[in-house]
Amino acid sequence: MQEIIKVRGLTKSYGDNQVLKGIDFEVHKGTMLALLGPNGAGKTTTVKILSTLLSPDQGEVTIAGIDLSRHPEQIRKVIGLTGQSAAVDELLTGSENLIMMGRLYQLSKEQARQRAEELLVDFDLVDAAKRKVKDYSGGMRRRLDLAISLIASPPIIFLDEPTTGLDPRSRQTMWQMIRLLLDSGTTILLTTQYLEEADQLADQIIVIGGGKVIARGTPEQLKAKVGQDRLEIRLKSIEDFELVISILEKYSPTQDQDKLTVGISIKGDGSDLKPILDLLEYARISPAGIEIHRPTLDDVFLLLTNGEEVDE
Amino acid sequence: MNNFKTTLVDIRVMIWRSTMHIVRNTDQLLGAFFQPIMFLVLFASVFGGSIEKALPDGISYINYLMAGIVVQTVAFGSTTTAIAVSNDMSKGIMDRFRSLPMSNIAVLSGHVIADLLRNTISTIVMIVAGFAIGFRPQTDLVGWLKIAILLILFTLAFSWLASIVGVVSKSVEAVQWLTFVIIFPLTFASSAFTPTAGMGHYLRIFAENQPITQVVEAVRSLILGQDPGDYYTKAIIWCLICLVVAVPISARLFRHRTR
Repeated sequence: MQEIIKVRGLTKSYGDNQVLKGIDFEVHKGTMLALLGPNGAGKTTTVKILSTLLSPDQGEVTIAGIDLSRHPEQIRKVIGLTGQSAAVDELLTGSENLIMMGRLYQLSKEQARQRAEELLVDFDLVDAAKRKVKDYSGGMRRRLDLAISLIASPPIIFLDEPTTGLDPRSRQTMWQMIRLLLDSGTTILLTTQYLEEADQLADQIIVIGGGKVIARGTPEQLKAKVGQDRLEIRLKSIEDFELVISILEKYSPTQDQDKLTVGISIKGDGSDLKPILDLLEYARISPAGIEIHRPTLDDVFLLLTNGEEVDE
Repeated sequence: MNNFKTTLVDIRVMIWRSTMHIVRNTDQLLGAFFQPIMFLVLFASVFGGSIEKALPDGISYINYLMAGIVVQTVAFGSTTTAIAVSNDMSKGIMDRFRSLPMSNIAVLSGHVIADLLRNTISTIVMIVAGFAIGFRPQTDLVGWLKIAILLILFTLAFSWLASIVGVVSKSVEAVQWLTFVIIFPLTFASSAFTPTAGMGHYLRIFAENQPITQVVEAVRSLILGQDPGDYYTKAIIWCLICLVVAVPISARLFRHRTR
């Protein structure tokens, strides 16, 4: 697959504070890469450099074959940016915002108007089109913001924490919009603090912390790093609890006597499940509850950063 | 050539945007109407009686004051440009503009030119109000034309200077005190409201040689139907110098400055 974004050895300091300490990654055409990390990890700085807002101290960046340090003005034609704070004009209406940005992307008046209408429909903003943006809700602003970055249908989109501060429903809506974008073949670089978001949307994830890449891979690969799925069996009495520990001994279970819970590592395909349940049934034990825990990206993250917070 | 055409489109779009801001910001718009009228009436009635005695015979204070108050309004009006630019800089929309394939000077030009429109309205309102309280200019059409050209240049020069303040200031509050500290002494330590003859030695040297006085004296002579002499040329040169310095500096700062 074609590497449409290529980043090598990217560094950036603000005074003594080295925010990026050498970042490498690439994004393949038509896929999404998520930059995952806590506040201050260097995600926004990376996006700002890639979208020509900041110049890096060192490193090479090529986007769609264009060298960032030589031709930032050409890069601006192939990218769309949705930054952290909604980049919309409060005193203009939704439709005016779209048309204005379309004109600045060098669309003709007619093209801009037509494209604005399409996007207002796609992003469920038709009713609000003629209202001033300052009267929009947070979710509507973010939708408009994303719509604006699509006005000139750029092949590459940067989304910097697009769902931060949104309620769960608006977040779901944003995810749907982003999925549609991916389906249409757009390449996306997304930054997020939400592990679930990266898990849901991204093809590849890189985890950054303290200005460095601390892990990379598909969501599945990252989850595999933290270990296997776990089966937890909660029992009704101490007798059952002790019995289960003895009959499941070969699975080397973990025990929590206070909660009467026995935990067993199982394979991701669930092939261990039936023999274990059969053993329980054979011993005539009916548990109070059975749960399967899959490792989340939260687990990945905590494991990789050892729970330490990275300074802003 | 193509570049030039897209730059013009960019600027036109940004002028439209800034004008919409002015039109939709009703509070500010009312200020643009009433503040100059208030200044004019207060100055004319409070200082008029005393200052008129220091004026040459046959010149009424309102006729003397008009040039000063128009120039002062334009100078203070440039604060609005600085605030508009600073507001933009502090918001996410600036990152968007800067990531677009658009011209460096478009955003700033939009604010500057929209402010020119607002200032033109203020000035016309003031002159009309002036007529109501006894303003009687001795100007012919050529004189008015020369006044208009100078005032337009002066407005552009001050707005571009103000846009630098807007780009470099860390907050809107900073813009307010910074422009106050610069513009207040410049307009008051000049011949805008009172002849420089009564000022102390050093203040007088400063007042007589600084740009605001040149602009005020040029406009005033034209209003009074007198020959502006070299005030007019000096005023035009001052404005052009400000423009040549301010436009490239603010455009460059705009592109490279981030908050």
